Amino acid sequence: MTVRELTEQAGFRVLSMPDGEREIEGVYAGDLLSWVMGRASEGQAFVTIMTNINVLAVASLLDLSCVILSEDAEAPSEIIVSAEEKGINLLKTELPTYETCLLLGSLL
Amino acid sequence: MPKVTAVNNEILYYRFDVDGDNFTSAGEASVQTKRILRRVGFPPEAIKRVSIAMYEGEINMVIHASGGVAELYIEEDRVVIVLTDHGPGIENVELAMQEGYSTAPDNIRSLGFGAGMGLPNMKRYTDGMEIETKVGEGTKITMTVNV
Repeated sequence: MTVRELTEQAGFRVLSMPDGEREIEGVYAGDLLSWVMGRASEGQAFVTIMTNINVLAVASLLDLSCVILSEDAEAPSEIIVSAEEKGINLLKTELPTYETCLLLGSLL
Repeated sequence: MPKVTAVNNEILYYRFDVDGDNFTSAGEASVQTKRILRRVGFPPEAIKRVSIAMYEGEINMVIHASGGVAELYIEEDRVVIVLTDHGPGIENVELAMQEGYSTAPDNIRSLGFGAGMGLPNMKRYTDGMEIETKVGEGTKITMTVNV
């Protein structure tokens, strides 16, 4: 499933989608970024409540397919601009992390 | 932009200053490194390993040492990363290498770091890692990624 298809089916809000045709290859959830850095892998969707610029660095270095901000985590505008610049798909949902993952599990 | 010097015909050398006061800009050296290695045409797997190791190193220097210098040597079949800082040094390297052990302050955890994964990740993603450190003087870490 592509990021665009997921967004439509899950009803996620789009903050930035420079690469909607990117294929999603699994999911990783977590908020401790170094932990995520060591364990997430390329192509995964990354569910987190962290909204600082380092989230984009992790997404970019690991080549993740998208970042999904759960729990209605508020993303500062510079993060959204930076995500667009770095080619990172950034989505948002009001669902808590667990429910977000359940939904992803049922759709993917 | 980093300073680039051709050491000789075989090796490309880049030097990045890692700003210790700007936590949110940490990662610039690794993002630029990724770009450089892509241009050189290295395989994605090697590029990923180099940039992750470098990123963790950058974050460490910002958290613990008020910044430092990251140097990159690109050779034909390997990349060498040298991270040098004049921070407090590492008291117990063996302990610091354990997953989950961290001396990072609490405010760092609120940014998503301090999981005690930095050094272990650097080791995991590289083919060789050497730590030279002296308490009160600083730390030099040399990492090698074979291509």
